[in-house]
This record gives sequence, structure tokens and C-alpha cells, in this order.
Amino acid sequence: MTLRTEPVVVSIGPHHPSTHGVFRMRLTFDGENIIDAEPVIGYLHRGTEKLAEERQYTQVITLTDRLDYVSSMTSNQAFVLSCEKLIGLEVPDRGMYLRVIASELQRIVSHLIGVGFFLQELGGFGGTALMYAFRERERILDLFEMLCGARITVSYSRIGGVFADAPADFWPALRRVLDDMPGYTDELEALVFESEIVQSRTKGVSPIDPVLAVNASLTGPVLRASGVAWDWRKAAPYDVYDRVDFDVPVGANGDNYDRFWVRIQEVRQSLRIVEQCIEQIEPGPVRATDAMLFRPPPGDSYVPTESPKGELGFYLVSDGSIAPYRCHVRAPSFINLSLFKEMLVGWKLADAIVSLGSLDFNMGEVDR
Amino acid sequence: MGGGLEGNAIYRAVYGLVVDTLGWASWLAYFIAAMVIILIVVNGVLVLGTLYTWFERRVLGRFQGRLGPNRTGPFGLLQPIADALKLMFKEDIVPRGADRLVFSLAPIVMLVPTLLVLAIIPFGRGSFLADLNIGVLYIAAVGGITTVAVLMAGYASANKFATFGSMRAVAMVVSYEIPLVMALLGVTVLAASMSMVAVVEAQHLPYLLVAPLGAGVFLVAISAELNRNPFDVLEAESELVAGYLTEYSGMKYGVFMLAEFTNTIVAGAIFAVLFLQGWQWTVLSPLGSQVGFLGFLDTGVVRQIESHFWFLFKVGLFAFAATWVRATLPRLRIDQILSLAWKVLFPLSLLNVLVLAVEVIVWPEPSVGDLAIMAAINWPVAGAAFFVAARLVSLGTRAPGLGVGAAVGVR
Repeated sequence: MTLRTEPVVVSIGPHHPSTHGVFRMRLTFDGENIIDAEPVIGYLHRGTEKLAEERQYTQVITLTDRLDYVSSMTSNQAFVLSCEKLIGLEVPDRGMYLRVIASELQRIVSHLIGVGFFLQELGGFGGTALMYAFRERERILDLFEMLCGARITVSYSRIGGVFADAPADFWPALRRVLDDMPGYTDELEALVFESEIVQSRTKGVSPIDPVLAVNASLTGPVLRASGVAWDWRKAAPYDVYDRVDFDVPVGANGDNYDRFWVRIQEVRQSLRIVEQCIEQIEPGPVRATDAMLFRPPPGDSYVPTESPKGELGFYLVSDGSIAPYRCHVRAPSFINLSLFKEMLVGWKLADAIVSLGSLDFNMGEVDR
Repeated sequence: MGGGLEGNAIYRAVYGLVVDTLGWASWLAYFIAAMVIILIVVNGVLVLGTLYTWFERRVLGRFQGRLGPNRTGPFGLLQPIADALKLMFKEDIVPRGADRLVFSLAPIVMLVPTLLVLAIIPFGRGSFLADLNIGVLYIAAVGGITTVAVLMAGYASANKFATFGSMRAVAMVVSYEIPLVMALLGVTVLAASMSMVAVVEAQHLPYLLVAPLGAGVFLVAISAELNRNPFDVLEAESELVAGYLTEYSGMKYGVFMLAEFTNTIVAGAIFAVLFLQGWQWTVLSPLGSQVGFLGFLDTGVVRQIESHFWFLFKVGLFAFAATWVRATLPRLRIDQILSLAWKVLFPLSLLNVLVLAVEVIVWPEPSVGDLAIMAAINWPVAGAAFFVAARLVSLGTRAPGLGVGAAVGVR
């Protein structure tokens, strides 16, 4: 005998413990199974792109801090790279190295948060995984504080270089973090990848087909987990990524497990990059110009960068004035959400939450 | 009537006071004395339950490289009081559309079975409220009532998350009651009695050692009954906000939480009685008989007081282990939980009963030596059973669209 069932619509979010801020999902359930899913976004819209048109180029940097607020360094970097291309500015080596060091540390932070919240969304642990991730994140944020005085909204990259040279005591502190990080990563990895429950909850869940992923313009770890080796740091190296040696970890199945395996591996690769940067960096100026006001020639520019979430780029159009005529943000978090329905339909509520966590999106960037 | 109360020192003191000094009727004395004992037991266990909230947060903090509550009183010991005060001053909201009566009744229905179980637990040598000859069955019967409370709360809240939570609760408890009762049955077979006191006295060796399979099944099933990790799907925070508790606030929420933590303590007590020799173990009286000048330790009173300590110690062990599990394991999905119950725990618990039954036929009224032989047989059996179960049953991903919840209409 089959019981007659009725679909039920549940609105998850914007106030919900695991929607990464103010994301809202309208899920239609048949029992525990999802039969329809619809994302509702816009709760964190702050008009960043319009605000950018009202500000000088240097002032927009602080707006980019607030896009992906767990990864400000890379947002800053993506914006100033686009500006520098527009202006035609050469950046001194030391500035580029400092940017890459900061960005890779930021990538570690972002991936730690991604993995931490992923495990939190798997439930249980009483918060252990999240606390582990945040403990390590804390050390890197301390480094950022030494670099620029801020921890989250850093505004460290400036047009033509970075805000200031690293203080002398930054380097030994960085050394200590680099020495401890591999152990931390192992610990977090053991918590994830050696747990039978984590494996049975994540392996084979919500797989994304590589062709579908490419067609949906997915980028970043989400794309690489599906088996597509695409990384802008390799494809079109910016700053000093062509001078360092690193691998692009690629997953096989594109399931939730792979998405997080890729992130953990990328943390290790980021550590490698920072190590090499420390070896290669030499004394010198860190910033090409102290100018606060730029009047780029009319034209446009776009520099794709590999942010922790995926391809992040700022499409800038200049009309020759002190402010951009148009500033469009190619936000990876937003575009990675495009397969939302395909990932969720047919799975259970518990899987849906984890799949959402595996996308590791950030509402600051989605809604802008 | 009377159960084991006559052997209780406090009971005798109060009874004597009422009858001899005041000259009142003996039935009144019995009533007053029993009330005093009940007051002590209920409040003692509730205090333990609130202390456990503090304990869990402190221990969890240690597991996670942080301190836990440490600002209220020494070591944050007053934190439960601060929490309770906060909850008391919160507005008591009943959502529009809620079934007011059921909504308000649910916390009480949740707490009462917990307290009812206390009636049969021997807390120490000779200190128990009642020595029911069907004690083990009573646990299974009374313990199941909490599910009704969860269902009431979920239904009455008029909230979809709450409904989800309570539906999961029903599916889960229906599945886990069976291995739980089977594990209890194993103990009954070994002890040849359902009385909790008899079970303790029959344990010349802890049944944890004698029947590892039963103990394991019991531990897993009881954590499912307690909605603790990895089975906390009822109030899965990342999925269902707070599950059936979503709409509760103020002291109603407080009573739910108190019941939940007290439940863990009571479960620890049951585990201690059934598998860890209850109040047995003693250090002081052998010490007293061995060392001359400590002879005063080798008396009945000291032994009785010490037995309470050991019992509490074992409950504490269970509580610590529960917290440890909570800090270590993520949550299972509801269908994985159900397949674990039916495909793994149920066969294992049957095997446990079968093996124990055969052994009890061979060694009726087992002595220490017999129990040791049983343990020597049961450990390899348990190991092999776990190995086979791990090989045969996979909790892995199933094809999308097939699930238990599909048959349960959720509106």
C-alpha cells in the first residue's frame, strides 16, 4: 500500500543557520526528498557596482573588501590588476610578491572556512571542525594585521603595488605559521577524510558532470572537482604566478567529497607557493606610485583572477574621468550557484545543506 | 509496597522521627518518608542534569582548543544557573496557529518519563526507590514516552521544521526501540532477572566485558533514543534550525533542555547498572581490612556511601563518552540511521541474545569463572559480527528519490 503524499514547500533562509548569510532556498519536499529547488537571492544587495561608479579608482578598493568578505585580499588584487591594466602601470617585483603571499594566505583562510562550514553543515562535531578551522584562520588573520592593520577588510593591494612593505617581524611570524600549517591541515584532513560517516554522507552526493560544469561557467574548486583542470593562475598567470611552481588538484567525480578534497589540496599548494615566494622575494620598492588619483585613458580592461571561489574579475570601463564609467564584477560565488537546482533535486534535505556548503559561496559576492 | 526503602538509612530516620517523636500513624510516616526520598532523588538528578550542561560545554571546549564557560563562578560552575535565569526572564511565546494545550504540555511529557525511570535505579548499595521485578521492561516502556513528547511538540508548533523533526523522531525511535529492547533482553538472560538490583548483584564481571555486542548495540541505540550525535537528526541545527524545539522559548525550552540533559544522565545510570556493575566496586573496605589503622573504613556505612560514589563515577564516564562522541562524529542522514538500525543493529542484537542464551544454558547461574569464559567466547564473536556487518552493509549513497521519508506525508 502506498500512502498518498503531498509536496510541501519549505522556505529555508534567509534566517537559517547554514545558508552562508542571507541566502534563501524555496525547497519543495516530498517527505524528505527534494523535488524542486529555487534560489532566492538579493537580501544582501548593497549596490557595489553602482557605488563604484561614484568613487575614484582607489576608493573602490575598500568596496571590494566587502564583496567576498572572507577573502578580501584576492578581491583587492583582482580589482587593482584590472586598474593597472587600464592605466598601464608596471608593478615592482616586491609588490607583486607581497600580493601573491597575501592572496595565497587568504586562499588558505577562505578554504579553511569553506571546509569548516562544510563539516559544520554535515552536523554534529559539536562545532569541533569549525573551531579547528577558525583556530588556524586566526593565525593568518594575525599576519594580515601585521601587514596592514586590518584582519577582514584589509584593502592591502593598492594600484601599483601594496599598501606598505611588510614589517621586519612579519617574516618570522609567517615562518612559524608555515611550519605549523601542514600539521593543522593534516589534522583537519583526518577529521574529514578518515571519518566513515563523512565519507558515506558526501561520496557520490550531488555530482556535477564536467560538461555541464563548463557549460554553466562554473569555476574554481567546484569546476576542478569535476575533473576540469582550469586555473587562471596557470592559464593566464598574473603577478608572479608564472615564477612559482604549483600543481592544480583535480577531482574525479565532482561530488561533495571531491569538492572538499580539492580545497584541502589547494591549501597545501598555497603553502608551497608562499614558501617559494619567501625564497624569491628581494628588497625593493613595493609600490609603483603614491598617486591617489588616476585618470586612465578611455577604454576598458578585464583581468581574470583565480579567487578561492573561482574566476573573479572586474570589468572596468573608463571614460577618462577619475571614476570608472562602469564596474562589473564577475563574481564566482554567484555564477557557481547556477547549477543549484540540478545539484539539489532528487536528494534529501540533509544532502542539500551539505551540497550548498560544498559550493562555498559567499553572499557578499552573490548579491554584491 | 515499600520496595527497598526499608533498607534506606534516610527513610528509617524520617520514619522513626514521625512515628516515635510525633506519634503519627505509620501510613503517614511511610508517605512522608517516601516523599523526602523522592525529593532528594529527583532534585539530585535534576541538579546533575543541569551540571551536565556545564560539564559538556567545558569538555567540548577542551576538545576544541578553547575554554568553555568560565566567567560565572569558579570554573564557570554557576553557568547553568545563569542560563536558567536567562530563560526564565524570556518571553514565553506560543506561535499563532499552535495547539496551545499540546504545545504547553509537551515539555512536561518530556521530563516526566525521565523522572519516572529514576524510581527503579539503584543509586548505591541498598539505596533505591523500588526494586521492580520487571525493572528492565519498565525502562523500555517508560523511556519510549519521550517520543510522544517530541511528536506533540512538533505537531503543536505549526512549524514545518518542527514537523520534519518530529517525523524523523517517530521513524527513528520506532527503529531503535527494537535493538534497544533486544540489548536489554541480553542482560536479562544473563542475570536471569529483570530486577535492576538483581542485575547488579549478578554481575561478578561487568556485562560490558561479558556481552560486548549487547553493550555496543545498547550504546548505539541509547544515543539514538537520546537524540545525541551522530543521531541528532531531530534537532539537526544545520538542517532544521532546532527541529521540534524551533518554536519554543523561555522556560518551556528550558524544561526541554533540562529533560534532554537529564536523559543523558539517566541513560548513563542505566548503562552503569546494566553493564558496569552498577554500584559494585570498592576500594575503601579492602583498604580498611588490609591496613590496620584504617579499619574504620571497613564498615557497612562507609561501603554504602562509597557505592554511591562509584555509581556516580560510572555515570560520569558515560557522560564524558557521550560528549566525546559529540565532539568527534558528524551526523548521519535519516535513511542511513534507519538502515543502521534495521540492517546492522537488529541482527547484531538478535545474535547477542542467541549466543547469550546458549551460554546460559551451558552455565546456568554463572560464576566469575563462567563469566570470564563467556567473555572469552563473546569478544571474538562480537569482533567477527562487526566485521561481517561492516562488509555486508554499506551506509553509502543510495539512488536519489528512494527514501523512508517519502512514505510519511508531511504537511
